[in-house]
Amino acid sequence: MIEINSLTFAHPHAAPLFENFSLTIFRGETWAILGPSGCGKTTLLYLLAGLRQPTLGEIKIDDEPLSRPRPTSGLILQDYGLLPWATVHENVALGLRVRNFYGADGKHTPENYLPRENVSHWQERLGLAEVAEKFPAQLSGGQRQRTAIARTLVLEPDLLLMDEPFSSLDALTREDLQNLTIGLCAEKNLTLVIVTHSIEEAATLGRKILLLGDAPNRQAKIFENPNAGKSKYKTSQEYHEMCGTLLKEMQHETA
Amino acid sequence: MKRRDVLLAALGLAIAWQITAMIVNRPILPTPFEVFIVFFEELGNGLLIHFGVSLWRVTAGMLLSVLIAAPAGLAIGATKTANRFLSPVIYLLYPIPKVVFVPVVLLFLGIGDTAKITLIFLILFFQIVVLVRDQALGIPPQLLQSLQSLGAGRRALFRFVYLPASLPAILTALRQSIGTAVAVLYISELFATKYGLGYYIYYNGSTLFDYPAMYAGVAAMSLLGLGMYFGVDWLEQKWCKWKFAI
Repeated sequence: MIEINSLTFAHPHAAPLFENFSLTIFRGETWAILGPSGCGKTTLLYLLAGLRQPTLGEIKIDDEPLSRPRPTSGLILQDYGLLPWATVHENVALGLRVRNFYGADGKHTPENYLPRENVSHWQERLGLAEVAEKFPAQLSGGQRQRTAIARTLVLEPDLLLMDEPFSSLDALTREDLQNLTIGLCAEKNLTLVIVTHSIEEAATLGRKILLLGDAPNRQAKIFENPNAGKSKYKTSQEYHEMCGTLLKEMQHETA
Repeated sequence: MKRRDVLLAALGLAIAWQITAMIVNRPILPTPFEVFIVFFEELGNGLLIHFGVSLWRVTAGMLLSVLIAAPAGLAIGATKTANRFLSPVIYLLYPIPKVVFVPVVLLFLGIGDTAKITLIFLILFFQIVVLVRDQALGIPPQLLQSLQSLGAGRRALFRFVYLPASLPAILTALRQSIGTAVAVLYISELFATKYGLGYYIYYNGSTLFDYPAMYAGVAAMSLLGLGMYFGVDWLEQKWCKWKFAI
């Protein structure tokens, strides 16, 4: 469970993005964070990843206050997440190599961690076996994001944080990876928080949608979208109505 | 760079040299053929030893500068405070032509190899520091953050990001400074030594007036530089495979 309690956050020398903002996310839920540029959605994700610290208030995950990245949270970014000088295989194994580097210290690596290097399961599962020896620059955008996802899943996370992971992909690849993400979250009972600026993506992936508006955000505006991720949901009336509602709300927020 | 292209270039230069030599027609510019013969005669006659001594000095200077400058550049590029305080110092010292320190270095470090290696080190150090620092500064923050989210702290970031990211910069710095390094080598070998290509060239040219031997020394120096370029290219292909992947 993730608890955001009375969070206030401002970048240095800037107006606050969040003021006394609270939100609770339960295990296994899939959340989409939607909002216009500059509303603080990526910042919120980085706060959840432990890469930024609240100015005031606190974030707790499973009752532990978050002060640094958790070993069992996985973060997937839109771009730049892969090491350009490492092959797909090396990139997928990177998280394990970092863990092996530190050993099971409980800080960088979970305390019960046993050193391992085998990533072939996830590499094959995500269809990367054939490109395992290639470098990121030789891959398609979809393969690159599959590599990033495989790298995260290898670490057996319980929380998946994604920052516009599919926005630079073509429509078919995007849909393919969205379905893959939904399937993996259900299979592994992962909590998913995905940041997006696309209304369609939010309505496709998020069973709960958090809409952020112009900063500062005080009250969490949440939309229930319980059938997201189910088959044929995207062709349903409900989906289109949700997209319509979100669009209207976003226009209202920024008006 | 292909070997065949280098050979063709050498052939072209030899032809231009031959024509110039025929026009000048003085002992101070012998023909390439004459120098070619003398080069092989001189190899057994001490030139090889001079070559070896020069190779040792320049390689030692380069290694020393990489070993000290690369970590320094990484530390400056990866740490904001270090960058703030040390970058101005580097900018003040970098433009000084290090050759002006020849007498100072000789005075403090004596006439042995240490002084000569130090001079080469002084020049390469700044070039490598600046390039490696820029490389470290240019690492996208997203890359660092995604590594941090995998659990990487400062040490792991150095091991998995900064170090591999700086390798190409180190090699580029080396490639850029080979020319300067060989030039400084020549100057440093003019003083207080009886070995090295610099000494050999100067001694044959200005004391013995043996011009073909002098040019043989010049050719050896050119080969020394060429060998180093090939060496750096080889290392790059070995260590930076991703740069050549298509």
